Amino acid sequence: MALLETRGLMAFYGDFQALFGVDVALDEGETVAVIGANGAGKSTLLRSISGLLRNAPEHIRYEDKDIGALAAPDVVRLGIAMVPEGRKLFPSLSVEENLMIGKYGRSGSGVWNLDAIYDLFPVLKERRKSPGTALSGGQQQMVAIGRALMSNPRVLLCDEISLGLAPVIVKDIYAAFPRIRATGASIVIIEQDIGQALKVADRFYCMMEGRVTLTAKPGAVSREDIHAAYFGAHKP
Amino acid sequence: MNWADTIIQGILLGGLYALFAAGLSLVFGIMRLVNLAHGDLIVLAAFLILLLVTALGLNPFVATIVALPIMFGIGWALQYLVLNRTLGDDILPPLLVTFGLSVVIQNGLLEGFSADSRRISAGSLETASIQVGPFSIGTMPLLTFLSAVAVIVALNAVFYRTSLGRAFRATSDDRVTAGLMGIRSERIFATATGIAMMVVTIASLYLGTRANFDPTQGPARLIYAFEAVIIGGLGSFWGTLAGGIIMGVAQTLGAAINPEWQILAGHIAFLLVLLVRPRGLFPRAVD
Repeated sequence: MALLETRGLMAFYGDFQALFGVDVALDEGETVAVIGANGAGKSTLLRSISGLLRNAPEHIRYEDKDIGALAAPDVVRLGIAMVPEGRKLFPSLSVEENLMIGKYGRSGSGVWNLDAIYDLFPVLKERRKSPGTALSGGQQQMVAIGRALMSNPRVLLCDEISLGLAPVIVKDIYAAFPRIRATGASIVIIEQDIGQALKVADRFYCMMEGRVTLTAKPGAVSREDIHAAYFGAHKP
Repeated sequence: MNWADTIIQGILLGGLYALFAAGLSLVFGIMRLVNLAHGDLIVLAAFLILLLVTALGLNPFVATIVALPIMFGIGWALQYLVLNRTLGDDILPPLLVTFGLSVVIQNGLLEGFSADSRRISAGSLETASIQVGPFSIGTMPLLTFLSAVAVIVALNAVFYRTSLGRAFRATSDDRVTAGLMGIRSERIFATATGIAMMVVTIASLYLGTRANFDPTQGPARLIYAFEAVIIGGLGSFWGTLAGGIIMGVAQTLGAAINPEWQILAGHIAFLLVLLVRPRGLFPRAVD
């Protein structure tokens, strides 16, 4: 029984259909990557799960409940936290306040609190009084991840963590994932850049044009197969 | 004419205008909503206190304490049930709805309380004064000013030191992302308007004990409040207090020169500040 799954998920932006029956599943303690090109529907998938997009209730199941139609604040309370694309720190709040706001809806029982976040990302402790938006891109991403962790989520959704960051910074941030996993959180990572994502994932889904085109364990399929699923290129 | 005395009276009057303005400042700062019924809600609260004083025989200060939770409830319900539906990318719906609300409140008060001008009696406090050096300072104006400072301090503490205040600021920054943090923005907005109505209640106590009031006085209070907010800079509570004081001093100085100039002097001060500092004296952030 999966902790979180989508069943034939369809999503729309007005008349435009972005997802055409997507089935993905996340087991307890698992890390799953969803990869795909720009416009493949990855972000729409995460927006649907997190409640930013409302869907048919039965299309998304979590802990044996239909949650597809819930709004974002209710989804967080159930233990699904999101690191939004573009980090989206609150400019009026300091780094520490940005972290604190993460537990507004749910503080959960778990290891994550301010000290644990500062232990995970020590640089944030030095900058804790600065406005969140005064930090470098990589540090802002750390705040965004820490903010989501503050709710002690059962499921952590990460949307394009590497977007706009230098590869060395991306590597630093991904280095934190084993420790996040060790606390028992299940993780969904969305990436265009498949290198880092496949390194930390137990399983991955590849999406194209609103559909899942491939699902496998990293290493179990060839680069060519991933390319075909990613770009829709035909094998010779 | 004693200039120093006039300026002191102006500063104390500024406390009243700051009280009118603080609630408006809070609501505008969080949801970019200009409540055109703000002045009428002040008058409504004054009639509520008057009702409690006359019907239950309460002391006006006790009546205000009783009125505070009632006005919080009215503000919460008004925002949650009505004004939240008007918020969006278009700024026109909230203006139209609160303008309509202003008309409804005025006429409702006319129906209920008639057009007679009324007053809340504060007994001997009304004429009491304190001698500070060469100046004689009225106890009620002094209480008004101290209340304004206390309200500003309290609003700042809530805004910058509490979990609710963080939620206010986060929702003001980015409502969608705030939702991802578990913040229900509709309730945050309702709470903000509820708090604004509590400030309005305190303002109405001093409005009602200072001078006569009647159901049609709201719009003028709205204009003073709005000018104080703009002078101070949007989103800054201390700026709002400064704006109120500038309005108060300008009006008393104008009145000291010629009683006909009282209102005009306040508006001229407002225009002068806008001319020199178009974003107000202490703007909080780039909006």
